[in-house]
Amino acid sequence: MTKTNQPVLEAKNIDKFFYNPIETQVLKNVSFRINRGEFVSVVGKSGCGKSTLLYILSTMDTDYKGELLIDEQIITGKHANYLSRLRNEKIGFVFQFHYLLNEFSVLENVLIPGLKLGKFSREELEHRAMEKLKIFDMQDHALKKANQLSGGQKQRVAIARALINDPLLIMGDEPTGNLDKKNADIVFNIFKELTTEFHQTILIVTHDPEFADGTDRIIEMEDGRVISGQ
Amino acid sequence: MKWSLILELARALMFARIKQTLVAAIGVTFSITMFVALLGFMNGLNTLLDGLVLNRTPHIRFYNQIKPNPNQPIDLSSEFGTGINVIRSIKPSNSRLAIYNSEPILKTLNEDPRVRGVSAKIASQVFYNVGSIDLTGVVNGIDPEKETELFAFQDYVTVGNPADLLQTNSIILGKGAADRMLADIGDVIQVTTAQGNKAQLKVVGYYQSGLADFDNANSFASINTVQKMMGEPASYLTDIQVKLYDFNQAPEFANEYRDIFEIEADDIQTVNAQFETGSSIRTLISYAVGITLLVVSGFGIYNILNMMIYEKLDTIAILKAIGFNSSDVKRIFITIALSIGFIGGALGLLLGYLSCLGIERIPFETDALPTVKTYPIDFSSKYYFIGGVFSLVTTYLAGFFPARKASSVDPVDIIRGK
Repeated sequence: MTKTNQPVLEAKNIDKFFYNPIETQVLKNVSFRINRGEFVSVVGKSGCGKSTLLYILSTMDTDYKGELLIDEQIITGKHANYLSRLRNEKIGFVFQFHYLLNEFSVLENVLIPGLKLGKFSREELEHRAMEKLKIFDMQDHALKKANQLSGGQKQRVAIARALINDPLLIMGDEPTGNLDKKNADIVFNIFKELTTEFHQTILIVTHDPEFADGTDRIIEMEDGRVISGQ
Repeated sequence: MKWSLILELARALMFARIKQTLVAAIGVTFSITMFVALLGFMNGLNTLLDGLVLNRTPHIRFYNQIKPNPNQPIDLSSEFGTGINVIRSIKPSNSRLAIYNSEPILKTLNEDPRVRGVSAKIASQVFYNVGSIDLTGVVNGIDPEKETELFAFQDYVTVGNPADLLQTNSIILGKGAADRMLADIGDVIQVTTAQGNKAQLKVVGYYQSGLADFDNANSFASINTVQKMMGEPASYLTDIQVKLYDFNQAPEFANEYRDIFEIEADDIQTVNAQFETGSSIRTLISYAVGITLLVVSGFGIYNILNMMIYEKLDTIAILKAIGFNSSDVKRIFITIALSIGFIGGALGLLLGYLSCLGIERIPFETDALPTVKTYPIDFSSKYYFIGGVFSLVTTYLAGFFPARKASSVDPVDIIRGK
């Protein structure tokens, strides 16, 4: 895949309100699109609505106005089970906190979304998971439990997990937020490598300007509006 | 959805909280053990106590009752036919206890397909002559083979063998009667019948039913011996006892033949109604206790699953984020609950069986129950089946509400809350 104008994700006039304690509009008429192979970051001050936007784009938050298209299909108003399947198949997540399952080994953590999708056999998936771990130089830790890893290692495993189903899009919510400078650089380089070598489409929400500067495109938000970069 | 993955996740969550999971499973194990042991023991006792009476009670008993003739001559007179006739002081005209036409009756009954067996009997009032004292009693003339086959007669013959009765002039004495007469096996005792005939009978065994009053008066001899003793012909019989294949047909059967034979017929349901009431109430109580235990362990599982869900909110959130839908999450927690129920229940059934085996070895000797040496246990598979089903049903219900709560977790709330 090369960079084309084929849109992977498109947001059209998204409005979002919080009703608790009083009605507040957090997102105002947000529209933008992300094309295949792009490495995009969303930046803005705390409370500008960038995380809220990400959860809407991730299909986990369905309480919004406007329209959302993923892979050129309208997904607004679709049934929760359809959305679950879509997340499983087409979206990979990396969160600020690693969210690995401590009950499982590193390898199993990477495997779980693949097993859920059920497209490949377990043996095949194990092989693929090892490949993904190798990209991040984590193959030696495959059989450790998730809680035996350091913060940076956990985040690398979380990225490997996001990749297991070859998603259309990887979304990250402050993936370097909890890491020190060195580990943050490692994680950034991994993302960079994914987009240059594998043409992976990536959307990252961050408040780290250095991280954002390294991406292809920066979408800047303020007070619930996109002020530049759409 | 792939069940192997659901099972793997459920297993991992259980092993993460292995202590609580074990506590929950032990709760189920304990309650199922108690349920099985309690019901097995209670029903063993029920069967024993019911058997005490029901086993040796015929389903239908035919006999002749001495009573005034219902057809008085005055009713046949045309002169008094229209009014209500009141006659005082009528006496029974028939003094015979024997059943008329006993042979054709026996033949008819034996040919009825509903009948499992027929055993004739003579009840003869006697005096046991002990020195200068006469003790009242009853010598029952029986067919020892039939009596053994149909009414478990041999179970109550504590010393000697029912077949010994086939020798003429032998008697199996009631234990109480034997004790009062100081009669040992091989002794010859003398009885006097109501007609005044005296007979010498050799003691070949003791009979002990567990009902002391009965054992004090009743003894057994063969039909021939009793007929001879009474000076009656071979057709002389006072009771015909019938055992059916299905004892629920007894009232209907009794009604039918009562009219045909013009004879009294008592069915078991009418005579022994109280026994069924007693057993059904005992069974009800044991079920109530067993189910209470299970419900309590169900609450234990409910609590533990609820705690597990609070602890594992992150896991639930991430599972949902990576594509598990609500019903997958619900299945995971229901699987946990059912696994606890299944493992706990299976262990409980095993331990319940073992404790039944244990109880069965506890000595339980009483004069009232000569054949019983240890506590009686009912090993019917019915209780194991009910116990197994209940363990799964209660754990399912206990898991249902926590699982529904887990399935409704909103991943955005959890992930943003960090």
